[in-house]
Amino acid sequence: MEAVAATALSHRNLLGIADLTPEEIVLILDTAEAMKEVGRRAIKKVPTLRGRTVVNLFFEPSTRTRTSFEIAEKRLSADTLNVAIATSSVVKGETLVDTALNIEAMAPSMIVLRHAASGACHLLSRICKAAIINAGDGMHEHPTQALLDAFTIREHKQRIAGLKVAIIGDLLHSRVLRSNVILLRKLGAEVWVCGPATLIPPGLERMGVRVTTRIDEAVDGADVVMLLRIQLERMQGGFFPSLREYFRTFGMTEERVRLARPDVMIMHPGPINRGVEIASEVADGPYSVILEQVANGVAVRMAVLYLLAGGADDEAVA
Amino acid sequence: MKRLLRGGRVVDPANGIDGQFDVLIERGRIAEIGRDLPVTLAEGGEVVEIPAGLVLCPGFIDMHVHLREPGQEHKETVATGVLSAVTGGFTAVACMPNTKPVNDNAGVTQLILQKAREANLARVYPIGAVSRGQKGEELADIAELREAGCVAVTDDGLPISTAILARRALEYTSMFAMPVIEHCEDQTLKGEGVAHEGPVAASLGLKGIPGVAEAITAGRDILLAEMTGGHVHIAHMSAWTTLEAVRQGKSRGVKVTAEVCPHHFTLTDDMLAAPVPYDTNTKMNPPLREARDRDSMLSGIADGSVDVIATDHAPHHYDEKNVEFDRAPFGIVGLETAVPICLDRLVRSGVIRLPRLVELMSVNPARILNLHGGSLATGAVADITVLAPELPVTIDRAALKSKSKNTPYHGWTFTGGVAATIVGGRIVHVGADSGWPTGRD
Repeated sequence: MEAVAATALSHRNLLGIADLTPEEIVLILDTAEAMKEVGRRAIKKVPTLRGRTVVNLFFEPSTRTRTSFEIAEKRLSADTLNVAIATSSVVKGETLVDTALNIEAMAPSMIVLRHAASGACHLLSRICKAAIINAGDGMHEHPTQALLDAFTIREHKQRIAGLKVAIIGDLLHSRVLRSNVILLRKLGAEVWVCGPATLIPPGLERMGVRVTTRIDEAVDGADVVMLLRIQLERMQGGFFPSLREYFRTFGMTEERVRLARPDVMIMHPGPINRGVEIASEVADGPYSVILEQVANGVAVRMAVLYLLAGGADDEAVA
Repeated sequence: MKRLLRGGRVVDPANGIDGQFDVLIERGRIAEIGRDLPVTLAEGGEVVEIPAGLVLCPGFIDMHVHLREPGQEHKETVATGVLSAVTGGFTAVACMPNTKPVNDNAGVTQLILQKAREANLARVYPIGAVSRGQKGEELADIAELREAGCVAVTDDGLPISTAILARRALEYTSMFAMPVIEHCEDQTLKGEGVAHEGPVAASLGLKGIPGVAEAITAGRDILLAEMTGGHVHIAHMSAWTTLEAVRQGKSRGVKVTAEVCPHHFTLTDDMLAAPVPYDTNTKMNPPLREARDRDSMLSGIADGSVDVIATDHAPHHYDEKNVEFDRAPFGIVGLETAVPICLDRLVRSGVIRLPRLVELMSVNPARILNLHGGSLATGAVADITVLAPELPVTIDRAALKSKSKNTPYHGWTFTGGVAATIVGGRIVHVGADSGWPTGRD
């Protein structure tokens, strides 16, 4: 059911994959291919977003996502601004709404928001004229991560429909999981999710996934295995006895990789915990595409920025 | 002064009355109810001709409101709270002790009662804290609270912290014939939860509070009530498992009563996702639950296992709600939306008949809290709620009299409203376009 591409996005924001149609997802992925070509040039810059201001508003630490957005914005010639939370008014007790209204008063075209609270992007979208791009909100969604994952899968497999994708790890707290499940289901993949029973939210199966606590069953014959980071800082709640036991039960080892298809792709949104959710030999192995994911993140984010800006004003991309 | 309310339908289930009657009020009390009472206009009396279709009931009592005074007057004061109450058709409210400072001593109780006298609208019955400072460590001075005017005790906002303290509270209050009102919620299962644990919270990425967190504490307290002979009243029941525990307790003869809030029998957690995703006016505690829970509350209302409808009126300032969902305080206002919701969604839709609604909103709260009211018997205080069951009502948050506007029902239309609110014979509120023929006193 991979659909024919749409030509524009129907929403002015990217709050989550849930808001996108399959056609729009394909449009973003197709656009990202053109953007990836820009990244191969000697002069990796196009004038598409010249004169537009993009604010990267990050309320949570992030290296990969923030850097990736910033590079994407610069390659599109946008004026970018990183609001560093440690030096902002937030530490003085300003609310998210007031912070956003102040930034909004300076008339940016877009705000890229990362925030610890689920729904923070929805809140901003109701008060801001600027387009809001969700760079991860709490335990809710991380849409550009799912898009870059889909882009990477499509590059390798030429399709998404019909693939068996196994997602393994902390299913309860992961926004990467939610966005990926929604996207992969919209494009027709068969999605298995696996983790300790204490980290499986009730009702997850209603998102159209097969839920299991047996990793061998999840990985068996998989085309793609995606590991989710065990957020060590969140594990105070006693969700499982020890990291050692987690690795024994759910860690992706070379032995388990052999249960998957021979051409399996091993993915991870990063940052990885070696020896917790993934063995080093697997992370560094030939089937690992972890660094490709990072590289593709720039192209996918360029595509999102470009499409949300309403496409090119005058100059073509390619 | 005499006042004759002539020709309305009177629904007074405590006295087995439902029909066309005249009601004579004299010096703030019910003097007589009967057919074709003689008009005696000596001494400057007044006849009020009640239009057909209006219904006179014993005054509605909301036994679960937060008036926020002292300490959080930016959300609500006693004065704005009772104005909201009479506007919503309530002649009396019982207010929760989680003020700042906590109502755990006679001084705070007296302050609330003083403010209520000054406002002079709805009657106010303070509820004291179970534990000093609501800290869950030792009993508050409950006898002193009782003497000062408290009608019940609770640590609402939190459950009574331990089984042993709950036991002591039930034993101790049994000396005074006052109930222990329990906010049932196992704190370890609640954790950092902000929404009902289920598919909606899972897809929105919100931390969950399972229904069982409520039922576990309710089960504990029902067993303790059985053991001690005390009376436990389950506040804002929301989960089907809690209702099962209440039914079992009642069938064994335990002194357990339970209340349900209008939002828990009308709304589900789907409201968190649409129409406005992460709307903080859908965040309350206990949270909006699933269809199974909502339907269970309706069945409990219909079969008698629910005793009371109370609103858990929880005003919060706009600024406090205009934040991330995780950070917003729990609670919605309820005093001015309850009657339209109940008339439309319970009576009009056929879940219950009107006399049963009067039991839920007047007779039973009066009985549970040992209050005057809940009856239009001769000599009773003339607290009367006059309903206009055919009145179309559209909820407009800007029009609410409460100081806070945090309602999920903005823009909703219901059939049924308040025609007038009469407290001690005094007409303190008249509903616009309701057909009530006089002004306020």
